[in-house]
Amino acid sequence: MKLKLFAAVAAAAMMATSAFAADFKPALIFDMGGKFDKSFNESAYNGAEKFKADTGIEYAEFEVTNASQREQAIRNFARRGHSPIIVMGFQNAEPLGTVAPQFPETEFAIIDMVVDLPNVRSVVFNEHEGSYLVGLLAGMKSETGTVGFVGGMDVPLIRKFACGYVQGVKAADAEAKVIQNMTGETPAAWNDPVKGGEITKAQIDGGADVVYAAAGGTGVGVLQKAADEGKFSIGVDSNQNYLHPGSVLTSMVKRVDVAVYNAFLDAKEGKFETGFNALGLEADGVGWALDDNNADLVSDEMKAAVEKAKAEIIAGDIAVHDYMSSDSCPVM
Amino acid sequence: MEDFLIKLPLLLDSMIRLSVPLLFAALAGLFSERSGIFDISLEGKMLGAAFAAAAAAAVMDSALAGLLAGILVSVALALVHGFASITQRGNQIVSGVAINFVALGLTVLLGQAWFSQGGRTPQLSPDGRFGELTLPFADQLADVPFLGPLYEGIISGHNILVYAAFLMVPLSWWVLFRTRFGLRLRAVGENPAAVDTAGVSVIWLRYRAVIVCGLLCGFAGAYLSIAQASGFTKDMTAGRGFIALAALIFAKWKPVPVMMACLLFGLLQAIPIQYPQISLPGIGIVPGQVMQALPYVLTVVLLAGFIGKAIPPKAGGVPYVKER
Repeated sequence: MKLKLFAAVAAAAMMATSAFAADFKPALIFDMGGKFDKSFNESAYNGAEKFKADTGIEYAEFEVTNASQREQAIRNFARRGHSPIIVMGFQNAEPLGTVAPQFPETEFAIIDMVVDLPNVRSVVFNEHEGSYLVGLLAGMKSETGTVGFVGGMDVPLIRKFACGYVQGVKAADAEAKVIQNMTGETPAAWNDPVKGGEITKAQIDGGADVVYAAAGGTGVGVLQKAADEGKFSIGVDSNQNYLHPGSVLTSMVKRVDVAVYNAFLDAKEGKFETGFNALGLEADGVGWALDDNNADLVSDEMKAAVEKAKAEIIAGDIAVHDYMSSDSCPVM
Repeated sequence: MEDFLIKLPLLLDSMIRLSVPLLFAALAGLFSERSGIFDISLEGKMLGAAFAAAAAAAVMDSALAGLLAGILVSVALALVHGFASITQRGNQIVSGVAINFVALGLTVLLGQAWFSQGGRTPQLSPDGRFGELTLPFADQLADVPFLGPLYEGIISGHNILVYAAFLMVPLSWWVLFRTRFGLRLRAVGENPAAVDTAGVSVIWLRYRAVIVCGLLCGFAGAYLSIAQASGFTKDMTAGRGFIALAALIFAKWKPVPVMMACLLFGLLQAIPIQYPQISLPGIGIVPGQVMQALPYVLTVVLLAGFIGKAIPPKAGGVPYVKER
């Protein structure tokens, strides 16, 4: 008897959840590097978790661990009736372009890349603007006149970071030298902190005293090595200032969390707009991080300069070149 | 060219740091393969050791505890490989692949369960890591021409595991070629029946060889996670176990050539880091992939018989069946 009752309750509970889930089933697909990369993907995770806390709605998630899973993961979620489905990272653009037309009723969003389809929202960030600001800070902070840049995988998106950064550095000190390295040419480059640390060491030996990491999980190794060597580093995507207080000069934050949160919320409220969405300094889509951990590292003069530059970029007085607009960088 | 000369000491310094995990792992493979147990699970053992070392070092705040934990886990994995391929006479390649996959999945799973940081281990304090040592007189000698930079810049200033790795080379040579154990170990890899006839246990000898292999892989893994980096990250070995295997084959299963091969492969990894843009006349800029692929290319060329000949131990990969 007891067992029967339990079974009935369980069945009722299951029906209730599935009925509820059928209404609104958001899903999030993380890119390689993983959910807890302390950077790009983690920021998306934070946005999704905030949505869950605010609305009580569970979301499905998947971490891509190799390239062959991309299309499968998107298709699986779409087939099971999830919508909206947010996919992280430029490398998911091609599989999304294949899957999205097959599920015209499903709402998709992609972060960091543009997929031009009627049911896809593309969110990109003006990383070159944010990178310009942290480059300016790096240029002012550097005593040696040499700063470093460590990229992840060698792709146009990361060159966009690099190009904006170099422009910022040169704005602070026209004579400054920027040592640039990419970690690798395969997706493994997003998750190799040992190599990241080795590259950082090489840059520091070469005279760099501020190193900017735009390399996902590899950046953890970059920040660690800079802290070990008593130099400064700049984090990326998430606010990474807390990782090594006193050594991380600032972080180029990209509000991926806001983009994810908004996509979920818009879809829930039935006002999911598709199309192209570029978040820049004006919309606070990108910016630089200042908190207790780095307050002592940034002087008032630096603060004033970077806020001035920010205002000028928004006003259009400073034009930061976007690498991806021309596939080249005028300052390199 | 001037730039090249300035960066040369940095390049050699970088080469040494990058070749250490390869050297430990290749020497580990040397012991195992010389005894007739092929081991493609160097990668998995390193990964397991790297995780265990970082986890233990984080919890106990001691680099030494981390190293011991790494060795323990690596030896345990080696014994699994030994059990499958010696006692059960299974296929050594299959067993090795299995260990690689188990290590890849289990490290992330346990890391997530214990530390909830997505398979990472917490960042280590300085006590939890092997710090850099400055050798005696390094500062005083720094100004001596040629010798000074060589000693101060390249030889001094590494962590203790780096020196341990290079000391392992003569030690391995001595064990393999100057002790009774080494003689028997090599014999069991060539002709186990003869060793058995002489009244020496083939099984026990091979088990000892895989234990030594596990021990050395433990050093390799610990070096990655608690000396070079500060904590474990998913799949942090990034194929180093396979490059070590390539180095072992390239060196034709001999200790000193193994060191040379590891230094060469370390150099190939260091070059794109120090000189991101190498341009050769007539070719233009050499992409980094070329350097990354070279260890494998060189090994294949060697196996094809263009530079000497690589002959593996005769009984390698063949489980020993005692005739009754």
